Amino acid sequence: MSATIEDVVDSASISAASTKRRSLWLLAIRNPNVIIGGTILAIMLLIAALAPVLGTIDPTRIDPAGRNKKPGTEITYRLDDGTTAKRVAIMGTDSLGRDVYSRVIYGTRVSLAVGVAVAIIAVLIGTVIGLISGYVRWLDGIIMRIMDGLMAIPGILLAIALVSIWRAGLITVIFAIVVPDVPRVVRLVRSVVLTVREEPYVEGAISVGTPTWILMFRHILPNTVAPLIVQGTFLAAAAILVEAALSFLGIGIPPEIPSWGNIMAEGRTLFRVFPHNIFFPGIFLALTVLAINIMGDGLRDTLDPKMSKKV
Amino acid sequence: MIDFIVRRLIAIIPVLTVVAILVFLMLRLTPGDPAAVIAGDNATSDQIADIRTKLGLNEPIWTQFVIWIGDMLQGNFGESFFFKKTVAELIAQRIEPTLALAVCTLIFAVGISVPIGVLAAYRQGSLLDRVVMGFSVVGFSVPGFVIGYCLIYVFAIELGWLPVQGYIRIGVNFWGFLERMVLPSLTLSVGFIALISRITRASVLEVLNEDYIRTARAKGLSNRVVLMRHALRNAAVPILTVIGLGIAILIGGAVVTESVFGLPGLGRLTVEAVLSRDFPTIQAVILMFSVVYVVVNLLIDISYTLFDPRIRY
Amino acid sequence: MSIETKRPVLEVRNLSVSLPSGADRVHAVEKVSFTVSPGEIVCLVGESGSGKSVIAFTVMGLLAKALKPTSGEILLEGENILAADESRLRELRCTRMSMIFQEPMTALNPVMTCGEQIDEVLNTHTKLDAAARKAKIIAILARVKLPEPERIYGSYPHQLSGGQRQRIMIAMALVLDPVLLIADEPTTALDVTTQAEILKLIAELQDGQGTGVLFITHDFGVVAEIAHRVAVLRWGELVEMGPTEKILSRPEHSYTKMLISSVPSIHPVHRDVRKDGPTVLRTEKLGKTYSGSGFFQKARVVKAAVDVDLDIRRGETLGIVGESGSGKSTVARCIARLIDPSEGKIFLGDTEIATMKASKLRPHRRRVQIVFQDPYRSMNPRITIGESIIEGPMNFGLKRDEALARARKLMETVRLDPNSLDRYPHQFSGGQRQRICIARALAMEPELLIADEAVSALDVSVQKQVLELLDEIRVRLNLAVLFITHDLRVAAQICDYVAVMSKGRVVEYGSAEQVFGSPKDDYTKALFAAAPGRNWEFGKFAA
Repeated sequence: MSATIEDVVDSASISAASTKRRSLWLLAIRNPNVIIGGTILAIMLLIAALAPVLGTIDPTRIDPAGRNKKPGTEITYRLDDGTTAKRVAIMGTDSLGRDVYSRVIYGTRVSLAVGVAVAIIAVLIGTVIGLISGYVRWLDGIIMRIMDGLMAIPGILLAIALVSIWRAGLITVIFAIVVPDVPRVVRLVRSVVLTVREEPYVEGAISVGTPTWILMFRHILPNTVAPLIVQGTFLAAAAILVEAALSFLGIGIPPEIPSWGNIMAEGRTLFRVFPHNIFFPGIFLALTVLAINIMGDGLRDTLDPKMSKKV
Repeated sequence: MIDFIVRRLIAIIPVLTVVAILVFLMLRLTPGDPAAVIAGDNATSDQIADIRTKLGLNEPIWTQFVIWIGDMLQGNFGESFFFKKTVAELIAQRIEPTLALAVCTLIFAVGISVPIGVLAAYRQGSLLDRVVMGFSVVGFSVPGFVIGYCLIYVFAIELGWLPVQGYIRIGVNFWGFLERMVLPSLTLSVGFIALISRITRASVLEVLNEDYIRTARAKGLSNRVVLMRHALRNAAVPILTVIGLGIAILIGGAVVTESVFGLPGLGRLTVEAVLSRDFPTIQAVILMFSVVYVVVNLLIDISYTLFDPRIRY
Repeated sequence: MSIETKRPVLEVRNLSVSLPSGADRVHAVEKVSFTVSPGEIVCLVGESGSGKSVIAFTVMGLLAKALKPTSGEILLEGENILAADESRLRELRCTRMSMIFQEPMTALNPVMTCGEQIDEVLNTHTKLDAAARKAKIIAILARVKLPEPERIYGSYPHQLSGGQRQRIMIAMALVLDPVLLIADEPTTALDVTTQAEILKLIAELQDGQGTGVLFITHDFGVVAEIAHRVAVLRWGELVEMGPTEKILSRPEHSYTKMLISSVPSIHPVHRDVRKDGPTVLRTEKLGKTYSGSGFFQKARVVKAAVDVDLDIRRGETLGIVGESGSGKSTVARCIARLIDPSEGKIFLGDTEIATMKASKLRPHRRRVQIVFQDPYRSMNPRITIGESIIEGPMNFGLKRDEALARARKLMETVRLDPNSLDRYPHQFSGGQRQRICIARALAMEPELLIADEAVSALDVSVQKQVLELLDEIRVRLNLAVLFITHDLRVAAQICDYVAVMSKGRVVEYGSAEQVFGSPKDDYTKALFAAAPGRNWEFGKFAA
């Protein structure tokens, strides 16, 4: 056997192989979509965190004298100590005289909290059920029938139904949005488990006597991380939209909490005269969801194994 | 073929059963006495007792379910104490605007999204492709009610071309009906177009990578023939699948859109029922929408056989 | 008749095709020149990455967009098709030059009937009316020896076998009598008996019509079977070209010599078969039945393995050979208990493991180890190869540093650098990964090593090295080896005993010399008769 030829053949293939698979995560954070979406999202997070110091006043403060002002109107406030102060309401006020700018800025907190909470809870619950379904054969049939049933009820309707049972509140709205999302995560995780457990490397691990739980956590579960992050991103975006829709319909978060949906719901009746009550929160809402979706697209292009295999 | 249809039909039974159980349990999981909940907030104790015997609430839960599902199967959806009507009557009254909205949206959205999706795939990487993809992301992200109000603001308030809100029955005044359908359908279409154009593009792209497309090109066929005859037909199944799944989005969107445009449809009815905690109506509407959703997807499953001979087993 | 005197149908001059930037080399094909004359079959042969398929696709004008021809000419009957525009290329395709592909299962449109797909060719390139087209199609279907051409005309691809589909492809390619046929590994995806028929068909058809054939392959057996002239490629460069007989028997370039020397002989080497070792594995009437389950579906029962009786003693290699679907891998996976057998017994030493419960089975797993076919999927891409190797020993209580010490030793055994244990699988080539898999298996100190098509995905030169390594390890560790392969040449070189499987049953079982030298079963005879290049003894050359 000639050693030189072996070396040559193998080194050629090594270089070919190593160019094929760079770190996916590195590629992901360099993806322009991820950068653009991530930047907008980071700004939104900053706005949420810094809401009290961004020139806002109490978003729930009712001011009968300053009702229904157009954006840019100067309003005189009576402060608690009896003195007055002037302030320009850059987004106007609503029919209760609450400052729309402050409400929109504080609304960022609600929307982002709902988005993040729904994504994390749905992914956690879905992953556990998906793993059980993919691994415990006799339970698989039952679980998947229930998931099929849940998926057969259009998502928003299911959320509406759940809200109507539980009565509105931030936590109940979050869970009402989580329930219809869970089956989607379950299906994803289950399909990854079923695919990966057929992989020769998993069979190899079985034949060297690896116990099931190590098999699960070391060899199978890591394969779900990338698709779940992608899925979680899209779930967060959708959750923010559903929360806004529920609140807009008056069946979501209680109206005193400043969420974008609530601001718009409040502005519906006087929309013809004061469209700003809908447009400003609408722009923030659309921008936030857009940012998350753009980021999700970028993440999917780089992390989704199906796509990366083709490149 | 018949065999296939029968098997698909049988396969939806467990799904619908689970849906029925979930909808049934919904009320039973509500805190408080289900009879009192059904009767609404202003009911007398006699009314409540009456409901309790009617639904067999003193019986074991299995018996209750059997009674309930029996009623549902006979089209006896119960009575809405809030609207003072049977739920069946309510639904019959409210179905037209929703159906009209759904049909207009479907025709409009599919008619636009499939061609632009195919074009985007065919010219992958071109300006057109990027515009379509960009539109699709935006379309996903802007909520229906914001789009609705924007459209109202521009076309109804500023330009005054179309009425702001309201509904006229198709039989009463067809032109008035159409006028009032334009903006709602447009609103509801945006998300749908975003979804379907994107999936169409992805499916066509995937098919264009298949070996048989290479074979078709090796035969000397023109690009147009390769696209229309070979790619599109093979991409039809995933596109149809997504149109079917998109019905769920359509139904959800209808709830919001009807509220924005003041259409007296089933979506509006759902919201009113939730606001007044009218449970028999909520249950019936959810059950009905789910059945429609499942059946539409069943029909789509069956229609696969028209596109893909491999499914006829 | 001398074919060299005619004007060539295809003349490739100084062709270079560049790879996209960022690839491991600049050119996919570099300064390649050759000709194909009418009636001549020219084989382009080379290992993976040699650029042989790129040349084929360049000629057809079907290159992926990332690849660009940068210099040279491709003359089809004197016309430079590198300079031709897209519409001219379309006119030429299927009329003057045609191509058939490697994967008959996916090369046909699944939603059109075979007849329609051939009809498209005629409809595009001729002015024949429907009846004339149909007559022509039926005629060509008969010429490619498809039974019942009328029925095939209306059939969808999924209703046909792989061999039949490749015949449809050939019919489609030749229906307009092109002067050039490009065949890109047309038989690689087919079983050996089907392969023999397709090769015979291509040779007959081109001989009758005087078609020039450019035949791409990696298999020297196929080359010996079909080629008039051979061009050997390595990394995009043509290293040697000449008449088949000369290249195969008197190669000049060291690379060609190495390649040809690596081709295993189909005649088994004489091996001293000892009969004294203890039996490591014995199966008794082992069977596996798959039944399609589901309430509403018709039960479909597939008997993947039936009444398989095998035994292997220490220090022996038993080969199971067979075509796809013969059940050879099913048997291997049953023995490794990756699937549960439905009938029969498996004795590992004295222990019966066929029906053993999973919890009781675990200690016995150590005794049987398996190396899989696909070196790219056999190891967890997320953990280092060191972790992969020590996982098994640590499952059985070995301490980490002891396991690592064992891993380092095993890396030497499989001739890899022990210091690369902290690398990830993707940093290794296919051949190297297969060695790592062998190391992982050996780390368990097994009694039986199963190699399930373990060298099938490797290039012939790498394959030879892995085979030698396996045999060396068997001798040194006195291992029992169960070697599953579809490749008769490989089986002939490495097995002491051979079991030939067909349709789930063992049809012939005996020592390698006996089975290869005087096969008794009809199926075995047919299988051997189909092996490409069986009449050619590939020489061993010093590099």
